[in-house]
Amino acid sequence: MIKPLDLRRFTGFRALTILCLVVLYAPLIIVAIYSFNDSTSITRWGGFSLKWYVDVFTGPDAPKFRNAAINSFTIAIGAATCATIIATAAAVAMNRAGRFRGKVASLALINLPLMVPEIVTAVASLIFFITIGFKTGLMTIFIAHLVFCIPFAYLPISARMQSVPDVYEQAAMDLYATPWEAFRLILLPLMIPGILSGFLLAFIISLDDFLITNFVKGAGIETLPTAIFGSVKQGIKPNIMAISTLLLGVSVVFVTLSWFIGRAGQSKN
Amino acid sequence: MAAAAPAGATRSEIYRGNGPRLMLPVWAFIGIFLVLPVLLMAIYSFLTKEFRGGVIWEITLAAYDQFFLDRGLFGDEPPQIEWTYIGIFWRSIWQAGLATFFCLLIGFPTAWFIATRNAAVRPVWLFLVTIPYWVNLLIRTVSMKFLIRDTGPLNEFLLWLGVISEPLSLINTNFAVQLGLFYSYLPFMVLPVYAAVERYDFALSEAAADLYADNWTTLRLVILPVVKPGIVAGCILVFVPSLGAFLAPDLLGGAKTFMIGSLIEEQFKGAAGNWPFGAAAAMILLTIVLGVLLLHARAQAKGGR
Repeated sequence: MIKPLDLRRFTGFRALTILCLVVLYAPLIIVAIYSFNDSTSITRWGGFSLKWYVDVFTGPDAPKFRNAAINSFTIAIGAATCATIIATAAAVAMNRAGRFRGKVASLALINLPLMVPEIVTAVASLIFFITIGFKTGLMTIFIAHLVFCIPFAYLPISARMQSVPDVYEQAAMDLYATPWEAFRLILLPLMIPGILSGFLLAFIISLDDFLITNFVKGAGIETLPTAIFGSVKQGIKPNIMAISTLLLGVSVVFVTLSWFIGRAGQSKN
Repeated sequence: MAAAAPAGATRSEIYRGNGPRLMLPVWAFIGIFLVLPVLLMAIYSFLTKEFRGGVIWEITLAAYDQFFLDRGLFGDEPPQIEWTYIGIFWRSIWQAGLATFFCLLIGFPTAWFIATRNAAVRPVWLFLVTIPYWVNLLIRTVSMKFLIRDTGPLNEFLLWLGVISEPLSLINTNFAVQLGLFYSYLPFMVLPVYAAVERYDFALSEAAADLYADNWTTLRLVILPVVKPGIVAGCILVFVPSLGAFLAPDLLGGAKTFMIGSLIEEQFKGAAGNWPFGAAAAMILLTIVLGVLLLHARAQAKGGR
């Protein structure tokens, strides 16, 4: 049985894979390492220190970062929650409601935020809010985030719903459950892994967004990415590396959670 | 994931009749806050500019005229083609195309390598590629900027190795922007190609080998055509965001590496703000992107699979 193995092997592919991972990780790992640098010069290594992390929380920029973090997390939680609810309803409509008028167009609409280039969405949103006289601020960021979070929440939720057979709901309805009861008591609990993973992905996407936020945020309001961008424009300082590493950690934790929840849900099936 | 779904599950009609009602929030939010704004932006591109940002509601073709035609300093000379903005678009298309090419060059072997690991370690490899996909693009771009600065770790490392004797100035070059785009969107190539390769039936390779094809011939004549839908999907996922990218050209590039994203942004943020012109540039970008997506959809509908 040597032959089937050989068919899968191409010289150099392993090396290119390693190269791919090195390219993807090297910049992040190097910034994470330098965020622990004791030296004030950002490139000379002066020993291990946590002082830039202390600086993030207590330094002169601390209030700015704290407000930005509060804004970022509030918006991410709010937008991801609403997007998850909307996406769940949409997934039920697409997977469990038979045919209806506008179904194909609905799917296109859900995916639209993924297809329109981010810069176009950003410009269009700004023009829209200004024209209708909506004051740009936290609320406009929230609405814009909600819109582009919907497809990210929808994908895992819909995938999960497709893999849950509808026999349990059928049985419940044969026993005189109303459709709402069948949904709430049967489908929803079965959907929990998909819904959680959709929520987490929407949360990360909202937390990470820079471009659209930067257009609709209005004066004086910052989220973490816009605050970081503003500081970077004046040069990369060590405290930016520390806060970047923290945000990186948050993303990694949430992706990992989403990954394990999604896998746990699949293996149970 | 979807492939494991039992047949018929998606045709379930348990909540028949509730479809439109359940879809209403999607229509409301995406309709009002995305479709409507894009339509409004289309209208804005035909309005007259107000000098302090914003618009005057008078219909004009001035924005498109400014984009495509040069009428001299006072606007009274015979119109000639204005190359500045077409050049910026052309550079963006070129950079995005090149990034797509390099992503495919590295992404396909990576996807193949991962898909041919045994089932126990495959998820670990895949997870390693997935993490950067979800990590903040701003932080990734800033990290790249830090890495390739004139006095950054990459130059220090190369100097220490003795490969170079003077630090390379990479920042503000087309190369830096290219590297940034490649690095930003590489995971977008690996994941869809992986999904296609994972479904590849190795009986095809065995058949090719029985007919005396070597592995590289099999790759060229059998594997690549079979996994083409995944490759095309990956190329679109890299090309489209690269074309309108803002962070990589803005943070890693300079005035000579200007791309569409920065051109549009400048119209709304900078002192030289010209909203109708920005809206027109955004419309042209959107048209190119929708054109690419439409071509792809049509090729798929024709049975391009």
